[in-house]
Amino acid sequence: MGQFLKGKAHVFGDDINTDYIIAGKYTKTLDYGSLASHLFEDLDPGFSKKVSPGDFIVAGENFGCGSSREQAPIAIKYAGIGAVLARSFARIFFRNAINLGVPAFVCDTRGVEAGDELEIDLSSQRVTNLRSKAVVPIKPLAPVMVGIINEGGLVPYLKKHGDFKLPD
Amino acid sequence: MGRTVIEKIISKHCGRDVTAGDFVVAEVDLAMSHDSTGPIAVEAFRKYGRGRVWDPSKVLFVLDHATPSPNERVSCLHSLLREFVSEQAIRLYEVGDGVCHQLVVEKGHVRPGDFAVGTDSHTCTYGALNALSFGIGSTDMSGVLLTGKLWLKVPEVLKIIYSGRLAPGVFAKDLMLYTIGKIGAAGADYLALEFAGEVIRNMEMSDRLTMCNMSIECGAKAGFMEADEVTLSWLEERAQGPFEPVFDDPDAAFSDLYEWDVSGLDPQVARPHSVDNVVSVGEVLGTKIQQVFIGTCTNGRLDDLRVAARILEGRKVSKDVRLLVCPASRGIMLESMKEGILPTLVEAGATVIPPGCGPCPGTHQGIPSDGERVLSTANRNFKGRMGNNRAEIFLASPATCAASALEGRIVDPREFFEGKGA
Repeated sequence: MGQFLKGKAHVFGDDINTDYIIAGKYTKTLDYGSLASHLFEDLDPGFSKKVSPGDFIVAGENFGCGSSREQAPIAIKYAGIGAVLARSFARIFFRNAINLGVPAFVCDTRGVEAGDELEIDLSSQRVTNLRSKAVVPIKPLAPVMVGIINEGGLVPYLKKHGDFKLPD
Repeated sequence: MGRTVIEKIISKHCGRDVTAGDFVVAEVDLAMSHDSTGPIAVEAFRKYGRGRVWDPSKVLFVLDHATPSPNERVSCLHSLLREFVSEQAIRLYEVGDGVCHQLVVEKGHVRPGDFAVGTDSHTCTYGALNALSFGIGSTDMSGVLLTGKLWLKVPEVLKIIYSGRLAPGVFAKDLMLYTIGKIGAAGADYLALEFAGEVIRNMEMSDRLTMCNMSIECGAKAGFMEADEVTLSWLEERAQGPFEPVFDDPDAAFSDLYEWDVSGLDPQVARPHSVDNVVSVGEVLGTKIQQVFIGTCTNGRLDDLRVAARILEGRKVSKDVRLLVCPASRGIMLESMKEGILPTLVEAGATVIPPGCGPCPGTHQGIPSDGERVLSTANRNFKGRMGNNRAEIFLASPATCAASALEGRIVDPREFFEGKGA
């Protein structure tokens, strides 16, 4: 990952559950590419065709609530989404995203409109809305999660360390 | 400062005294996975290149989400899991054995003081047995299979004390829907929910499981209760091995403490399309429905089927309604056959589905048509949840579901309980 991520915003509201991200009827597969074509289908049937690689999902509170299905962040990953930004995430989804190496950031997303170009500066941990010029900070990740995301996810992390290493 | 049940259980599983907010690596007593999220966990586990899981005796797989298999893709995923458990000497519950959460508690795989995880958000159900349990993703499960451990942040506890007495015809499902409606879908995010008070103490285990099962619907990391005589007698013939109940210290610190008198509570209904969109049944009386579903890890237990049979006995389901009944486990199905519950339901017009998740996750066995309304005892009513985003799902207790199935519209079930104690 470079220092900057830049993408176009697809905007969602509060309490977007994992059923909406990927419907249960599509989850019984290991063909992860097939999940991407059904991303957000129950909310917006044409959504997967509107997404270009690198686009961002921008949401309100409690993004990813409901089912623990990891097919939700997998669908987001295989759709080529560059990052997910939300005011808050549901606990299981957030862990799953980090474990898969899907960039997920907690920040104030109010004021972001559909189609806005956003730029994430990973070194200063800030998000700039290139339209409105608004700049918001990213809430720091728990140190253990920084360790996992720096390795590209939990599998590469455990392959390297063999066990969990909690920073002091 | 005293400690909560959660702080005590996690302390025991990470070898040091911890308090809410601490980050820990805890040892797991039970790791459960199923046919929907298990294959991804197995694929991730294979990538570590190690042969064996950390302790096969602490791992369970269950085939329940799409059983019997609706198509060849699911059949191949079932085969993948059968091969994995056979190679690893892991216990597998097969097609028709039941819903994972019912099997875990019914077969005694969780005891008070345990720490259990599962690749299903309703793993929080086992908190009714005074354990800490919650859902994790498939990749987190691959890490548990490898190390037997999980990192976590010790959650604060939101304690709710329910006083009074539920009226006849009002059940644990109504109380939990009411609670979710009050707290909201994100109201307990990152917190553990403790259910306490005389209303909980008066509940049978089936009702307690219903409460804890739906903790995740207000965002809670876990839901739990202290152990009492009901817990102990329920565990007597089931628990695999000794255990020690865990209690809050009198001076334990809670994020919040609510005290609610729920004596006047009406039957509750969650309207489409979110579980916290809750009203008293009076506000949706007369809403026409085309399908009723009684079952799931929330309300597919013997007590639930018994209540439905009591209402449906000698009556017929409306010709405009399809009533689907799914016992939560093989044991419950057998018992309900012996007790005559199942014959009563079938005579009333119910279609019985083999034990498992049934139509709840939208894969098969009762997908509603466009524009139809379903009244269900399940735990989720998200748009598309049952496989069709042009249908609507309402959630209610087994009593409200059974009574409404007779009329083809949502009714208040209390008329069936008049003059009788709860």
